[in-house]
Amino acid sequence: MNVKKLESLKNRARDIRVLIIKMLVEAGSGHPGGSLSATDILTCLYFHKMNYDPTDPLRDRFVLSKGHGVPALYATLVKAGYLEEKEVMTLRKINSRMQGHPDHFRLPLMETSAGSLGVGLSIAQGMALAAKIDEKNYKTYCMIGDGEIQEGQMWEAFMSAPKFKLDNLVCILDYNQGQIDGPVKEVMDIEPIAEKLKSFNWHVIEINGHNLEEILNALYEADSIKDKPTFIIAHTVKGKGVSFMEGVIDWHGKAPSQEEGEKAIKEILNG
Amino acid sequence: MAKATRAAFGEAILELGEKDKDLIVLDADLSKSTQTQKFSKKFPHRWFEVGIAEANMIGIGAGLALAGKKPFVCSFACFLIGRFETIRISLAYNRANVKMVGTHCGIGIGEDGYTQMSLEDIACMRSLPEMSIVQPADEIETKQCIEYMLQHKGPVYIRLTRQALEDVHTLRYKFQFGKGDVLKEGKDVALLATGGVVYNTLQAAEELEKLGVKATVVNIHTIKPLDKELIFNLSKKIEKFVTVEDHNIYGGLGGAVAEALSEQTPRKLLRIGVNDVYAESGTPEDVYKKYGLDAEGIFSKIKKFLQK
Repeated sequence: MNVKKLESLKNRARDIRVLIIKMLVEAGSGHPGGSLSATDILTCLYFHKMNYDPTDPLRDRFVLSKGHGVPALYATLVKAGYLEEKEVMTLRKINSRMQGHPDHFRLPLMETSAGSLGVGLSIAQGMALAAKIDEKNYKTYCMIGDGEIQEGQMWEAFMSAPKFKLDNLVCILDYNQGQIDGPVKEVMDIEPIAEKLKSFNWHVIEINGHNLEEILNALYEADSIKDKPTFIIAHTVKGKGVSFMEGVIDWHGKAPSQEEGEKAIKEILNG
Repeated sequence: MAKATRAAFGEAILELGEKDKDLIVLDADLSKSTQTQKFSKKFPHRWFEVGIAEANMIGIGAGLALAGKKPFVCSFACFLIGRFETIRISLAYNRANVKMVGTHCGIGIGEDGYTQMSLEDIACMRSLPEMSIVQPADEIETKQCIEYMLQHKGPVYIRLTRQALEDVHTLRYKFQFGKGDVLKEGKDVALLATGGVVYNTLQAAEELEKLGVKATVVNIHTIKPLDKELIFNLSKKIEKFVTVEDHNIYGGLGGAVAEALSEQTPRKLLRIGVNDVYAESGTPEDVYKKYGLDAEGIFSKIKKFLQK
């Protein structure tokens, strides 16, 4: 990866973070923590790895199973040129396509509706399976949250993807370690998650989810794996990029005030 | 000849699978019961065994549909509706083009008892906007209904029986989605039945006729969208209404007809079904007798209702 390309991706991620904060300030509610933790991964997917044109039936697909992180996806799609900034600023407002959680019907750019945790990986598998049936090459990426792994349906999906040999499916865990009631470790520990997924016959890669080079390397490594799906454990920081939000669970589902937003944006731009 | 609607479904997809390569079938360890096994042998690359994991099956079905396929997800009706959250978000809210096939509906399954008897499924499905709900009454109707549903776009719930059903239609029959199917006309009472009990209702109507009571009998194969126009037209000339279904009397056909009537022309309504109780094991015949869904039970309830 050349330095120039990395620099441009970093700038993209920075712009996305700024827009997330602006949207949430305007909306007055929403989930900054898990949006900011997912930003670098989304940047790598949409601005480098994915073959993405929403009108192309053979496009790579991205399923945001942790639907509460959708401000990050809206912001990414603005920067990618598929949504207008003016429209995403109507997030969570009446008559907007920018629903609080992804709504595929109102906004087909969302590959699926999501927000009830634990259901997205099954849907992503259906998409990957369709590609296999048709012998098409597109890939399906699914981002899940860590607390989400506590849902039973996740484990049904963890079992079936290897059975169907879905090497065109990549599940990315945004492991930011926090959920509403506290640290994931305390609420309901998911560890040892790498060993669990390995024993379920997934190819497991562990990375720093804010290191762009590591993210891209993992995504390319997944391309080379045959006959089994890939599980990328991306260690992330909730609220990444804003010092007063980083690692603070209280910022899971609370929007910043105007003043906090300005402070956050200043930090992101200086970071 | 009497045939279970699940068996008719199994035959229908076998034929339709030839014509439509996008027809995919998923099952959750019940392929012998849901009758998708023959399809699995004939089209092994378009049939997927998901194991005892219905939520995952429904989700995978939604994903397949969002990628352009036409999946049928099949299990006992009770196990599908038990995964309501996934149905609600992955399937319904997405308007995913998935055909849910719930077999072994109602108390008609007999010996297995309450845990396998879906008696709430219609009520739950009715609460989902844009969900279509169909329940065919015999083999002929099932085959036409499945063929129709394959080309229909959007989420569909198809409710089928374990038990064999006598024919109520001839081969001349034409299934019309969303339209009530009038089997018999009479001015004294309107009997609206759905699914496996349509035949029993016709038999009850014959008994009523012996008493000089002329009944209109309508097979409501499409419970949602309900044929409100037909109900409204009937309510203009008929004073008393009866619904018959193998489902809880709350929220199913009885609920739907009660709502439609009270919105238009309120009429006296008797809802025959499972009377808000947990049913029990027994031979299908004994269970239908005890809970009053056999022809005799239906007849005597209607008789009492008309005497009031």
